[in-house]
Amino acid sequence: MNETAEPAQMAAMPAGHRRTDPLSFAVNGVTQLTRMAVPLAIGAVTIFNDGELGKLLLIAPMVLGVLGVSFLIAWLRWLRLTYVAGASDIRVESGIVSRAARSVPYERIQDVSLEQKLIPRLFGLVELRFETGAGGKDELKLAYLSRDEGEALRRLVRARRTGEAVVDAGGAVDEADEDADEQAQVLFAMDRQRLTTFGLFEFSLAVFAVLGGAAQYAESFMGIEMWDPDLWRRLFALQEEWILGLGPMAQVLGAVVAVLTLLVIGSATGLARTFLRDWGFILERTSRGFRRRRGLLTRTDVVMPLHRVQAVSISTGIVRGRFGWKSLSFVSLAQDSGSSSHVVAPFAQDEELEPIIRIAGFAPPADGLDWHRASTRYRFDGIALKSGAFLLAAIPVALFAPTPFVIVPLALAAGSAAANLYAWRFRRHALGGGQIISASGLLAPRTQIAQRVKLQSVEIAQGPIARRRGYATLHLGLAGGTFTIRGIALERARALSDAVLASIAERDFSELT
Amino acid sequence: MENDPASGPVGTDDALTSLHPNHVKVLRIKAALAAIPFVIASLVLEGTDRLPPGLVFGPVALLALLAIVRVPLRRHHARGYAMGDDRLRVVRGILLRSDSVVPFGRVQHIDVNQGPLERYYGLAALTVHTAGTHNASVHLPGLEQGLARAMREEIRAHIRRETL
Repeated sequence: MNETAEPAQMAAMPAGHRRTDPLSFAVNGVTQLTRMAVPLAIGAVTIFNDGELGKLLLIAPMVLGVLGVSFLIAWLRWLRLTYVAGASDIRVESGIVSRAARSVPYERIQDVSLEQKLIPRLFGLVELRFETGAGGKDELKLAYLSRDEGEALRRLVRARRTGEAVVDAGGAVDEADEDADEQAQVLFAMDRQRLTTFGLFEFSLAVFAVLGGAAQYAESFMGIEMWDPDLWRRLFALQEEWILGLGPMAQVLGAVVAVLTLLVIGSATGLARTFLRDWGFILERTSRGFRRRRGLLTRTDVVMPLHRVQAVSISTGIVRGRFGWKSLSFVSLAQDSGSSSHVVAPFAQDEELEPIIRIAGFAPPADGLDWHRASTRYRFDGIALKSGAFLLAAIPVALFAPTPFVIVPLALAAGSAAANLYAWRFRRHALGGGQIISASGLLAPRTQIAQRVKLQSVEIAQGPIARRRGYATLHLGLAGGTFTIRGIALERARALSDAVLASIAERDFSELT
Repeated sequence: MENDPASGPVGTDDALTSLHPNHVKVLRIKAALAAIPFVIASLVLEGTDRLPPGLVFGPVALLALLAIVRVPLRRHHARGYAMGDDRLRVVRGILLRSDSVVPFGRVQHIDVNQGPLERYYGLAALTVHTAGTHNASVHLPGLEQGLARAMREEIRAHIRRETL
């Protein structure tokens, strides 16, 4: 195989390799010139203002030198950048000293876009971008080609991909979609009563953080010293006399009123935020996939194609979970908004979530699943590390503070150990029906369900402690999200990894998107 | 050093292929380049005569020696890969061990990169990109350049075969 590989150092271009348009070197040069224009102009003005023309004789060659070098580099770059549109992939090789060769198989190219910025447009050049599933930053691009060549390359890529029916069918559906939208089936909607309940569970004292921020603002801009002890002492002296004067009944009453005020403010904040975000929440199933609309002031309308859903996540809180309220979100190759997971049912009961999960092609966790827990050694190490920190803190407290204070870090250590021990019971995972399911969390329980066939890669990671103690963390490559199972026995990690890899091998990525 | 527990594979016990011996040289040169500023700085400190002689330079030189001689060898032994029928497995890390498997059917695109040092020693790094957020790109350095290209061709051929 080594014989067929092309030689590393390419002085001359091998057959089939092509360079970008020679003018692109000029475009790069001009682009750099425009970038340098402002500093040059400023430099020129200051020199002429100072009237020291003698300096110009010194500076002019320097500027010319810098320009020359940057043009030389641009030219070398152009010389060393070649591309080949081969039988099965597009390949770009570049680099003056370091060499980089990127190969993108036609099957993986989702779209080819032509982009024209101002300066390349003056020269009649285009930039070609090849979009693959691999997120925005690591795309392949070719700058610059002549317009005809760009179009030709785009046609070529599209022609090479025609065997792939799945992607092309997507376009056809898009056009048929307009009239099909009317038969949308409502999957989930929230009325005002549901929203109100939801808002009350979203109880938040965030407003006090805002007030704190405002206070800090007042401090720095209005000259009120928040941390000045005298200010507070005077204030409290005033209040104290007043409070003492009221008698014990009134003091208790005051405390009750204060707590009630907090409750009202917290609930009002939660309600306001929920109403603003989720007003008129409606999730529908259309021919294009899931469609979600929500919002009071800014109304958003998001469409998620069914096949783009990579995993589903069910989360709840410790209090709302007791009442059976759960939130469902989809992890997807989100290209429509900033966040990668979409909430599709923020506040719903299990029986409402089930049909949505099924339509997305997933199965809700069944009763007969073979649940596995994390390794007990992981539990021990985790508790030892977290409580150990508190125990360490107890030493200086015991030495320097009055004796009763030692109880505080000791109690914290015991509390943390108990909480972790209890939380461990909720950390579990299972395989079942082509899915992998992972659940964790005590305060905010969360269950993630992924289809094994839709995962991208598998990694078993071990830190120094984990290696000695025989457990590992399993990272599963999920498009648009993360799927991690921590602290499982190494054998179990291998078994999961084998199961996932066996499922992945059944289908190619291009059949999934 | 071959029997070092750190160099044992994390995942399944398939035989791992180790990287090209020149990889150690490249790692050593890179470590040496990174150590130079520290050694120079410690020498400068030494020259000021404010501290007892050797107090700074001694430890720095020792650390530099360790980083140049021992660490690259350990890193080299900790790394390995296995090219399966339908997947690439990459094992790496001394302290933080990781064992990644990328099925060919999930590879988005493939890079073969060579820095100046790698070119001098005839090495190349293979990087496969996936659509996942975690392990978006799995990096395998220290391959003989012809081999890196051959591996790229194999992975690419596999993608094509699976799709057709």
